Amino acid sequence: MPHVRFDRVEKRYGDKPVIRDLTLTVRDGEFFTLVGPSGCGKSTVLNLVAGLEPVTSGEIYFDDRAVTHLSPKGRDVAMVFQSYALYPHKTVFENLAFPLRVRKRTQAIITHEVRRVAALLGIEGLLVKEPAELSGGERQRVALGRAIIREPAVFLMDEPLSNLDAHLRVRTRSELKRLHARLKTTTLYVTHDQEEALSLSERIAVMKEGSIQQMGSPLEIYRFPANTFVAEFVGSPQINLLSGRLSWDPAPYVELGHVRLALPPVPESPVTVGPQRPPCNVIVGIRPEDIRVLATASPTSDFASVISVEPAGGRSVASLRWGPHEIRALAAGDFQAAPDQTVGIELEAARIHVFDACTGRRLPWDGPLTPRAGS
Amino acid sequence: MRDQSETRTGYALLLPALGVLALLALYPILALCWLSLRHRILPFGIDEFAGLDHYAVLLQTPRFWNSLGVTLYFVGVSVALEAALGLCIALLLARNFPGAGWARALIILPWAIPTVVTAKMWEWIYHPDFGVLNYLLQATGLVSAPVNWLGTPSLAIHAAIVADVWKTTPFVVILLLAGLAMIPPDLYRASALDGASPWATFRHVTLPLLRPILLVVVLFRMIDALRAFDLLYVLTGGGPADTTETLAIYTYKILFQTLQFGYGSAIGVVMFLVVTLVSLLHFWVGRADFRRLAGRAP
Amino acid sequence: MTAGPARQAMLRATLALVLTWALSPILWQALTSVKPDTELVILPPLLPAQPTLAHYTVLFEQHPFNQVLLNSFAVAGLTAFAALALGTLAAFPLARLPIRGKLLILGVVLGCSLFPAIVTVGPLFIIIRALGMRDTWWALIISHTTFALPLTIWVLANFLRDLPEDLYRAARVDGCTPWQGFTRVLLPLCRPGLAAAGILAFLFSWTEFLFALTFTATEAARTVPVAIVLFPGVHEIRWGEIAAASILVTLPVVVLVLIFHRQIVHGLTAGAIKG
Repeated sequence: MPHVRFDRVEKRYGDKPVIRDLTLTVRDGEFFTLVGPSGCGKSTVLNLVAGLEPVTSGEIYFDDRAVTHLSPKGRDVAMVFQSYALYPHKTVFENLAFPLRVRKRTQAIITHEVRRVAALLGIEGLLVKEPAELSGGERQRVALGRAIIREPAVFLMDEPLSNLDAHLRVRTRSELKRLHARLKTTTLYVTHDQEEALSLSERIAVMKEGSIQQMGSPLEIYRFPANTFVAEFVGSPQINLLSGRLSWDPAPYVELGHVRLALPPVPESPVTVGPQRPPCNVIVGIRPEDIRVLATASPTSDFASVISVEPAGGRSVASLRWGPHEIRALAAGDFQAAPDQTVGIELEAARIHVFDACTGRRLPWDGPLTPRAGS
Repeated sequence: MRDQSETRTGYALLLPALGVLALLALYPILALCWLSLRHRILPFGIDEFAGLDHYAVLLQTPRFWNSLGVTLYFVGVSVALEAALGLCIALLLARNFPGAGWARALIILPWAIPTVVTAKMWEWIYHPDFGVLNYLLQATGLVSAPVNWLGTPSLAIHAAIVADVWKTTPFVVILLLAGLAMIPPDLYRASALDGASPWATFRHVTLPLLRPILLVVVLFRMIDALRAFDLLYVLTGGGPADTTETLAIYTYKILFQTLQFGYGSAIGVVMFLVVTLVSLLHFWVGRADFRRLAGRAP
Repeated sequence: MTAGPARQAMLRATLALVLTWALSPILWQALTSVKPDTELVILPPLLPAQPTLAHYTVLFEQHPFNQVLLNSFAVAGLTAFAALALGTLAAFPLARLPIRGKLLILGVVLGCSLFPAIVTVGPLFIIIRALGMRDTWWALIISHTTFALPLTIWVLANFLRDLPEDLYRAARVDGCTPWQGFTRVLLPLCRPGLAAAGILAFLFSWTEFLFALTFTATEAARTVPVAIVLFPGVHEIRWGEIAAASILVTLPVVVLVLIFHRQIVHGLTAGAIKG
């Protein structure tokens, strides 16, 4: 299984840049996800790897072989499309067999392989049907099967789950994980659903307008977002972002208008620390799940007034007015409160994120931001 | 909310159009069948019952069988050429290259020109002495003496076929372009990734998905070609030696040159039956595709 | 998946070939129409040495070509209008109203368009002669409209069917009768469909030959296709003038096609594709 390396890859349509200076390596056998909003260029990256579109500049390597100018056939990649792209006039059997037929395998081998893949995916009963007769989930499996049967060097998956309904999506996610554990093929996966990205991947790259904002493990991206965009994009419900001012006296603290938040002296950020800075405008990020809602205010907690409560089964999302800010916090599933009722809130100080108000980049609160080597 | 007013309004609105059609299209068909059973020669005022006499005569007239043969030959060769050529041109024009819009607009022109103008144009091109075709052939050394395209029995029908193919291929191209546009692009990508050559992609992706509309186009063209009149009337008038006399021309001559409206109508009825037969055959061959087109499961 | 440069060159060459094949007969006829008589009978020179408009002027001075052109315009225009009017009225119930036997009616309408015209020309001739309408515009307008109707009904019905259903329902809920719903809400949205159907009907009538040949006797009602075929000339065929007449007849068509080619394509493909 090769690793896939991008070296300063750029893609432009006419004058419009779609991918900017992409340099990353997908490791041998890794499940790597590109996640980002629509139009950020993630599907284009897949097309470039597959050879369906040419790069404007830069090189793509499989191991040490430059594949930048090879045709799709010569690259030995398989792709699962969002629309599945099943051949509508062929049976499931013929759809699965097509890649092998094109490579002129014998009928005996074809039959054997088709049955093997069908058994792996649990679709033996569908072999004689046509795509129009299948459900969405079944079609998705046939599309997967067609990709698997060739045992390609690289799997490319373009939002393969987005056409499935919510329950099926979650179930298929775990099946994909199991398949990957078994087949260990280098996989490049693309989605706009951050929850999917977090649950499936070994490593994630968050993309915006053609460039990578941050790359790392799901936990890293979630716990230490590199900028406000990543912080907002990852995590559900969305992170609360509040404007404030960072100062030292000499311990770091943030002025949020109505309240002063002390920041713990030892940040868990993996960035190197540096000398103290003068006070500056910042954006404070705190995730709803890091805010605890108490039914009544205690002497040590802060307080806020309720705007609304949305129950969601095992938990509730409370919209609260906290000083001049409107924030959302997670509460217990049976939490109930009337509008304008006062409740207590407690913030996990260690989980507070601080971003530069101008650039949006993450600040370690006792020094300038220095990029981590190797990311 | 389906009240009576909708149904009443509906029938009222349909009436004018259906009335016109019934009067001027359906009634003549019935009149045709009626006429075919009578001896009717207009200027002499003859009008008497003839039963199936005309049909009997028809079946024994060599000229009738000749016209039937010419018609089927003309239709078969023309439509086959138009379908093949039209498919190639459509594949060519389906890509989005600079100027594609203009090319697609210009290709419509031969189809839109009046058929008689087409006929006159080609008649001039085929002219044995002053025609540009003979000039080009002689100048390039392909032939040594001027060819009488429209006057030689074995050549005339083929000259007519070329003119017909020139005129009607654009129609095929337009419809096939629309059909090609409906094929999801992901299928081409999947095929490329699966490693299929362009020819294999054409056979396994393009052609099967194009088949329904190809059948529709071929059906339309066959029906049109079966009743072709304008082109042949002007180009050859049915000659030389009746080698280009199709059923339509034969019918016209009988009707308006010999004024035998009874006999002429009988030929007309036969024409009508041939068209209907071809249509039914067509529907049967493509029944799965037509059912899919109508929105029902095949 | 763009083709390599060699392949692109080949494709461009093929395209040029195709366009040449499609357009050169027309161009040749245009060239012929401006060549003086003396040059018509000699080739090689393909291009006219002394281009002249003599043939065109002859058309208008020596033959009553303006009358013929007027006939064609009038007949085609009125046919388009009548076919649109009747066709729109019929298309609405077929597309939107609960009529029993819709499929049958559509089948009959389509069936009428499949008739060989030659089949109906005999009985129609008898009717027209009996009504004394021989050699008038009306004979042609009536017969042309009849056979343009299936086309306009088909195009407009498909067009109406593609409009969102909720528009008509909203109109009814707002208090419109079916007729008002149609005229106030749906019809204004139909302009592209009306354009497509109208142009196709006009083109059909403009180019129609068989009925025009049979039902007219003199230049009083004769249309251009017939005039071209029945060009006077016993001992010598006036190729230059025929070419000029051909170009004159073709010009309106070329203009219509180049301006409205999208509508024409839309009309032709309506319903042929499951949309």
